[in-house]
Amino acid sequence: MKPGIFARLNRMGAWMALLFLVLPALIAIPVSLTPKRFLSMPRGEYSLRHFETLFTSPEWLSSFAQSGIIAASTAVLATTLGTLCAIGLWRVTSRYTDIVRAFLLLPLIIPQIISAMVFYRLLVPIGLIDSYPGLIIAHTVLATPLVLITVSASLANFDPKLEQASRNLGASNWTTVRRVILPSIRPGVFAGALFAFILSWDEIVVTLFISKFSVYTLPRRMWNGIRENTDPTVAAAAVVLIAVTLLAFVIYALVLRHRAQPGASEG
Amino acid sequence: MQALRKHISPGWLLVAPFFLVVVVFYLGPLLNILWLSVTDPEPGFGNYSALVTSDAMARILWTTFRTCLITTVFSVAIGYCLAYAMVHAHQKKQNIMLTLLLISFWISVLVRTFAWLMLLGHNGLVNNAFETIGLIDRPIRFMRNELGVLIGMIHYMVPYAVLPLMANMQTLDPRVMAASRNLGANGVQTFRRIYLPLTLPGIVASSLLVFILSLGFYVTPAILGGGKVLMVAEYISVQLLVTLKWGTAAMLGTLMLIGVLALLWIMTRFMQLSAVFGGGATR
Repeated sequence: MKPGIFARLNRMGAWMALLFLVLPALIAIPVSLTPKRFLSMPRGEYSLRHFETLFTSPEWLSSFAQSGIIAASTAVLATTLGTLCAIGLWRVTSRYTDIVRAFLLLPLIIPQIISAMVFYRLLVPIGLIDSYPGLIIAHTVLATPLVLITVSASLANFDPKLEQASRNLGASNWTTVRRVILPSIRPGVFAGALFAFILSWDEIVVTLFISKFSVYTLPRRMWNGIRENTDPTVAAAAVVLIAVTLLAFVIYALVLRHRAQPGASEG
Repeated sequence: MQALRKHISPGWLLVAPFFLVVVVFYLGPLLNILWLSVTDPEPGFGNYSALVTSDAMARILWTTFRTCLITTVFSVAIGYCLAYAMVHAHQKKQNIMLTLLLISFWISVLVRTFAWLMLLGHNGLVNNAFETIGLIDRPIRFMRNELGVLIGMIHYMVPYAVLPLMANMQTLDPRVMAASRNLGANGVQTFRRIYLPLTLPGIVASSLLVFILSLGFYVTPAILGGGKVLMVAEYISVQLLVTLKWGTAAMLGTLMLIGVLALLWIMTRFMQLSAVFGGGATR
């Protein structure tokens, strides 16, 4: 069947839509190279001074470090909790499984502004507002559902007979999980860890409510920069964030390709 | 312990840690907020009566509803076009398109909002380009009004609109469309009478998803609206952080929560939640 005129128009429209999605973010690159002290497009002259500011300013550097610590801790906790939970839900055959799963996905689905209220309400009385543990708890609750989803998707392709075989051969529950199940679902676990890291690294709405002075993550500092709308260092930070996103994407694509290789059963 | 094990599947032990975390760290304070909406500052439905008595409140709710509706219509239309082209493209092109879509999906919302700020400003690239080619005499006002908020929101929501639509279109049997053509229908008829009705569940799921996400969207409206386009999410943050009116914020949060849960319930009638959140493509 030859593609009709509508199909061809649609295809052109689709490519334009993709350009609309991807191109705008790239404007951060020229803006970050402006030699001026204010946000502007460079005209003929380029300078790396704003990147220099970004990587020498103690404020920005500490924000990078704080975001890194919080995102890494979140990724570890969320991956542990989420993977255990996904394996548990996969093994249980009960009429409550679906309800429990839906309930556990709630933090991801409920609008973030409500989550922000929730964590504000939670952290103020126990004195953890504006602290590392507070942010890590909040981000972990938000990120674990992502791990639950990716690991569950991996488990859907895992043959339950392998688990039975392992147990029949005398392996304990724990050994079965560690030696049989985990190696088969590794791509899902990695993808989940990556998603959890990115979620925390980018998280702004909840962070705005539960951090003030002592914890000042990268998105928090960018938010301020964007609000003030003068300092081009924000543009440099945006470029770095785009680069980090692309890097994460490449890692993700490699993990997926690994999964698509023969040996991992598909579909 | 042994007796307990017989009745409770050991799988629940693995579920328990996260379950407890959600109950203690999320559900608890959430219920507390619902409670606050009828007890703060005084017991009763005083907070809710503001919905009918306060003009400002009515305006905020109407702005939110209208903005979310327009965002949903445009995002799903663009998303449908994209999903259709992707599902029917060759494998190689499909991979390129999917990569571009996912990259835009992954780029931080702050980076994207910042980009729109640079593009749409009074002296922004868009206005400059339009003026250079003589399309306009005076700069168009994109920022601090609904137009800017809509552009930013649609840009953010399109990838979310595409995913459920793609999941739905991938399950369709191309032979049905071929049969329609063989029976004498032309391409447009086949699309309108066969393809569109078959993709209706995808359209509904994607619309609901985008609408739900738009309802609580905070970052882009707050920055691109510049305080001129006040939506519920920003109003809640003002109540909490500036005027410290927990009752009003809790009331609005409760309303939003009820709305979102109702829409989600409708959505599950059309599609499995796991399919919406990316599980569908790998299933």
